Amino acid sequence: MDMLYNILIDPFVQMVDAPDFLIQVVWEGFVAGVLYALIALGFVLIYKASGVFNFAQGIMVVFAGLSLVGLHQKGVPAWLALILAIGIMAILAVCIEKFVMRPLVGQPDIILLMATIGMTYFLIGLGEVIFGGEPKQMITSELGLPTGSTAFEMGERGLVILQHIDIAAAVIALLMVGGLAVFFNRTRIGRALRAVADDHTAALSVGISLNQIWAIVWFAAGIVALATGIMWGARSDVSFALEIVALKALPVLILGGFTSIPGAIIGGLIIGIGEKVGEIYWGGLVGGGIESWLAYVIALVFLLFRPQGLFGEKIIERI
Amino acid sequence: MRMKTLLAGSVLMGLAASFVAPAIAEDSVYIQLPTYRTGPYAGSGIHIANGMSDYLAMINARDGGVNGVKIDFDECETGYDTQKGVECYEQAKAKNTLVFNPWSTGITLQVIPKSSVDKIPVLSMAYGLSAAADGNTFPWVFNPPDTYWDGLSAIIKYIGEQEGGMEGLKGKKIGYIFLDAGYGREPIPLLDNLAQKYGFEVLQYPVAGKEMQNQSSQWLSIRRDRPDYVVMWGWGAMNPTAIKEAVKNRFDMSKFIGVWWAGGDEDARAGGAGAKGYKSVSFNNVGADYPALQDIKKLVVDAGNSHTPADTIGENLYNRGVVNALYMVEAIRTAQEMTGKKVINAEDMRLGLENLKIDEARLEAIGLKGMIAPIEITCSNHSGHHPLFIQEWDGEKWTSATDWFSPLTEEVTPILMQASKDYATSNAPWPTRDDACPAN
Repeated sequence: MDMLYNILIDPFVQMVDAPDFLIQVVWEGFVAGVLYALIALGFVLIYKASGVFNFAQGIMVVFAGLSLVGLHQKGVPAWLALILAIGIMAILAVCIEKFVMRPLVGQPDIILLMATIGMTYFLIGLGEVIFGGEPKQMITSELGLPTGSTAFEMGERGLVILQHIDIAAAVIALLMVGGLAVFFNRTRIGRALRAVADDHTAALSVGISLNQIWAIVWFAAGIVALATGIMWGARSDVSFALEIVALKALPVLILGGFTSIPGAIIGGLIIGIGEKVGEIYWGGLVGGGIESWLAYVIALVFLLFRPQGLFGEKIIERI
Repeated sequence: MRMKTLLAGSVLMGLAASFVAPAIAEDSVYIQLPTYRTGPYAGSGIHIANGMSDYLAMINARDGGVNGVKIDFDECETGYDTQKGVECYEQAKAKNTLVFNPWSTGITLQVIPKSSVDKIPVLSMAYGLSAAADGNTFPWVFNPPDTYWDGLSAIIKYIGEQEGGMEGLKGKKIGYIFLDAGYGREPIPLLDNLAQKYGFEVLQYPVAGKEMQNQSSQWLSIRRDRPDYVVMWGWGAMNPTAIKEAVKNRFDMSKFIGVWWAGGDEDARAGGAGAKGYKSVSFNNVGADYPALQDIKKLVVDAGNSHTPADTIGENLYNRGVVNALYMVEAIRTAQEMTGKKVINAEDMRLGLENLKIDEARLEAIGLKGMIAPIEITCSNHSGHHPLFIQEWDGEKWTSATDWFSPLTEEVTPILMQASKDYATSNAPWPTRDDACPAN
């Protein structure tokens, strides 16, 4: 009976008793969800354009963040370092298209997946050689991003603390999603990109350059990776451990669908808020630490009912 | 003519090599240094690796090795991965290492059963299995100057003092945030035991290895539970993230105390000005003014024979790497004196470790007086349970917050001996020690 009370009643009593804390938990989940969504966006972009599950998206986040901080440590002013980091991601995109994607055109998906796994380890090694293995502090204030926090008092002891960098992360994520939505739907390149995603051969037959599109989409994923690296790096620091955190995007993708930009955002928020609320209010019942697997459970439950994800395209194959 | 010269040269070179090669073999000993300069734990591992390598290189450069015997050393990258660490152990064994320093509790736990079979001493300096301090049961494992249980008991003792005595702990809530791995789980049995004895409540906050940089849930829980103190058993990327989260959640930093491995300069620096007041228990002082460290700077770092940025010499984890190398060098010296051999083997090294004694006079001679407390390891006590102190981050550097004080050795020892017995029983048939230790 106690067990049922602890599962079904007590968490909600806690929520009502301390609404400020509930708001804080939801906010923290929202911010984590935004960051998961940003990582998932990188996956979605590449999957949409080439059908490749880019295992290297996590290390691209780390590589982009390290490039930015590493350049600044070498004495490059922050904003110039940011521009150069964008340039590095552009060069990386061109190299990936030329040396990885192009030679593997027409190969089965699993080969392309293996290629991205190979790229992951190559980039880990390259990053460690160039920047060293030490974690680096994100140059948050140098980039003009807000630091500090604002606290709102609620009742006698209630307090909600909002970090300014978290607010900035949410705004930047929204801007990026909006920008990508416009890019995909309103520009010529965006339409070409969608055409490539639908059918490579058909796209080629109407004169769309597959190579150019792939380079553009990898570059876009690189920009998303850089934004993610800056935001996540500001919360902790930029280290190779971030590469593992990026795998949190997997349940987001399962939930939101591999081809949907809104799906990545909604999926990210559901996972982010769900895991925080689950950990805080129900985690203690099993000794805590459920956050690392709860996201996958949420995704699996969705998978049972909507295998294509919330916003994924339902594929009907007629025999 | 050219052919003749070539032949003559070859013969002379061969002759020279036949004389030189045995001389090199006789005048050097090999030590493998398992390190992690890559991966999620590199932020901690790099400084340790630099400290160890630089000290050994300095001994070779300044003294020509230990009593004229060069220390031939190389690093084996484990990435803090247990499987890779065991591979490093096998490589080290094949190359006749004198000693194996796992630098990971997970790796230590894996190699403990192997060490007694292979007769290679395992030096797990202030980490690994606490029960291994029992030299009767673990003749091949050493964990000076203190075990994790010593560290935890020292922290609890310090908290007790802040509360006006150990009785002041009654009714308090102590949070324990830890890396959810062998390392972080190691002190939990003692923590539960002390909680029962002193009447405080323990709240556990595990951090999964892959979530080290995503700790907001743990810190939200801490904020909700309002523990009186938080003790941290973190490593690698976990530490700076935890300190940042503590600052973000406005936790009273003077009541946030880490184990010695959560006391890196970069760990605390990550928290910015808000990290001021954060504490960690320690067994070595910081600073680069020690003569031995100045020798390292002059003979190794400035000479371009090191990976170490000069401004990190003297930082906490760097100095700790130096201490680990110091133990090895002094154990070699002790083994040489005891066996009368210049070039010792791993079994001799165990003898050296088991009789390691570094007093104030010796520390002064080495050039490290004041960096560590004198230590002594005996046959039956492979740790020594030496004095510790609490250090505090002043916003820029670590400073001593207390004098050296002893951990709760009398309370820890019976529990530790029981744990040692339990380990041997659960791993039966556990090999018995060939040469029984004399009763203390």
